[in-house]
Amino acid sequence: MALIKGNFLDNIGRVYGIYTGGFLAFIVLMAILEQLGVAADTIGILFVAFTIAIYALIGWLSRTMEVDAYYVAGRQVPAVYNGMATAADWMSGASFVAMAGGIYFGGYSYIAFVVGWTGGYILVNSLMAPYLRKFGCYTVPDYIGTRFGGNLARLMAVIVLVAASFTYVTAQINATGTVAARALHIPFEVGVWFGLLGILLCSMLGGMRAVTWTQVAQYIVLIIAYLVPVIWMSNSQGFGIIPHFSYGEAVQRITELEAEYGLLPAAEAMAGLSVLTTPAVAPVGDYAEWKFVTLAICMMAGTASLPHILMRYFTTPTVRSARKSVAWSLLFIFLLYFTAPALATLTKLQLLDPTLPTAIIGKPIEEVLALDWIRNWSQVDMLAVADQNGDGILQLNELFLRPDIVVLATPEIAGLPYVISGLVAAGGMAAAMSTADGLLLAIANALSHDLYYKIIDPKAETATRLIVARILLVVIGALGALIASLQLTGILGAVAWAFCFACSGLFFPLVLGVWWKRANREGAIAGMVAGFVAGTAYLYYVYNGGTPWFGLDHLRFGIVGMTASLVSMVVVTLLTPAPDEEIQKMVDATRVPTGPAILSSNH
Amino acid sequence: MSGNEVKLNPEQMDRYWGKTRNLTFVILFLWFIFAILIPWFAGPLNSVSFMGFPLGFYMTVQGSLIAFVVLIFVQNWRQDRIDDEFGLQEEE
Repeated sequence: MALIKGNFLDNIGRVYGIYTGGFLAFIVLMAILEQLGVAADTIGILFVAFTIAIYALIGWLSRTMEVDAYYVAGRQVPAVYNGMATAADWMSGASFVAMAGGIYFGGYSYIAFVVGWTGGYILVNSLMAPYLRKFGCYTVPDYIGTRFGGNLARLMAVIVLVAASFTYVTAQINATGTVAARALHIPFEVGVWFGLLGILLCSMLGGMRAVTWTQVAQYIVLIIAYLVPVIWMSNSQGFGIIPHFSYGEAVQRITELEAEYGLLPAAEAMAGLSVLTTPAVAPVGDYAEWKFVTLAICMMAGTASLPHILMRYFTTPTVRSARKSVAWSLLFIFLLYFTAPALATLTKLQLLDPTLPTAIIGKPIEEVLALDWIRNWSQVDMLAVADQNGDGILQLNELFLRPDIVVLATPEIAGLPYVISGLVAAGGMAAAMSTADGLLLAIANALSHDLYYKIIDPKAETATRLIVARILLVVIGALGALIASLQLTGILGAVAWAFCFACSGLFFPLVLGVWWKRANREGAIAGMVAGFVAGTAYLYYVYNGGTPWFGLDHLRFGIVGMTASLVSMVVVTLLTPAPDEEIQKMVDATRVPTGPAILSSNH
Repeated sequence: MSGNEVKLNPEQMDRYWGKTRNLTFVILFLWFIFAILIPWFAGPLNSVSFMGFPLGFYMTVQGSLIAFVVLIFVQNWRQDRIDDEFGLQEEE
């Protein structure tokens, strides 16, 4: 305990400095073991096991029985560290594992995720974070419930929160299961439960405080794991140590190679696997620009309404430090997001460019089939090579990949030592675990604080509240793992849905709560109900084969939900009386950074 | 949270909020350019070359992202100045 209180905050830089040094030393040690002939599998297991053990240790050291510490980490997290924790909270299995693969195959249309998932922070900083921090709430429904008043508004916010976050968390538990299964050589169904165990070790004993300090540790692991292979590849391809400003030539080269090989669809498609048919650079197809912009808007508005992100800004000491930590979050997130397209480009070049030794397109099929990485990944059905035109040469449209494996397979594709693959597995695990922790905590806290304490049993004692919160954490985690083990959806798709649910139901009630004094309870309830119902109904419609309106497919249903939400919130508000004097004063107080919080601590 | 209570009178409150709102609108306008307009015109912009990249591609994978980071730090710097002007500093 002494390590974490006071003492810890004064030495926080040194503690994480030592941790980072220790992790780098661990990587070097693994590299040495690999040279000494230790098996690749053992190195993978050591990477995953060692990092999870560290997170669990941090989780145990941060255990607490205080409400303020459990819900908002005692509101004393410094801005820079909260920025790192938010970055880990934010960058999920989808960002780490799936995004670069999406860009590899989807080109322009998938870059909307990159723009959306960074630009959203401008909305968080401009419209939400400082004002919600001033409010002094523990959860997002706490804000809705107090600003608009009444249990119905609070309950609706809880429902939207649970729908969005639960969709999201199953995808993350799925990702931890995938990584654990591959690294530890256990079946996926077991890997899911193993992943959940790791996740709960980080959050159960210490709530937000434990999650904060493990997320900082997880950020450090995941950013190192993402950058190292890219820097390595870039260096060996002659683009220097920092590829970001110099891979323009690689982009041009890919455009030339695309023209040379031709972007043809496969002669015979394979379920779950893709061949490259989309150009890397140019927008193609009907509505390409419209689709980009609508996806980006859904992701940005979703960023600004996802409770597990907003609640991170409740943990800073002041309003000013909340703003500062949004800026740091974006900077830390930016480091990964502007690397992802570079990774997609350089990996593609490794495979396509005949002047590089790793290229496989245009090589004889037998030679390609003999490669270790091709064998490893085809064994688990995530890759296939099929000579469909029978000429004995691998064509571009004869290489089938599952988009999700591009990042995980990149070290092997580029011929890097196995230690890098182990590092990437640990990074993917860190990304998925940290997001899952944030989401589980957001759900459990909303249910324990808003539903149980505020609505069902307002007289509950502190100890009871915190025990209820923990039981809910375990139960929801188990439910998530159960659904994840059924593998209903892909990672990136499920995540896009979560963003659309969140922005459909919560974006306008949250924004207008601060920015429109006239907004009242009836309007907010109408906005949440109409947005959530319209969005969900539209999702159901397009997912079951309905013709999308204006190209708005199932990844973009938030546009429909948000429109319904805005219109009904404004109309209903104007048809009903303005909120009373007290609420108007509350809004004024929210807009000023100093002075007492609206909600006292221990509320 | 700080203990120093600064009470703004209604006129000051209006001026403070007016300045904050204007800053926010300027930032959101710039955000709109980088997040919506530039990606929309990525196709035509690609005919321009920038540091070896097609410009439209460069802006969507890096340029707009850099702009977001700069915008958010500038916004916080300006907002801090506004807060200071009205004596709304907090003790950390």
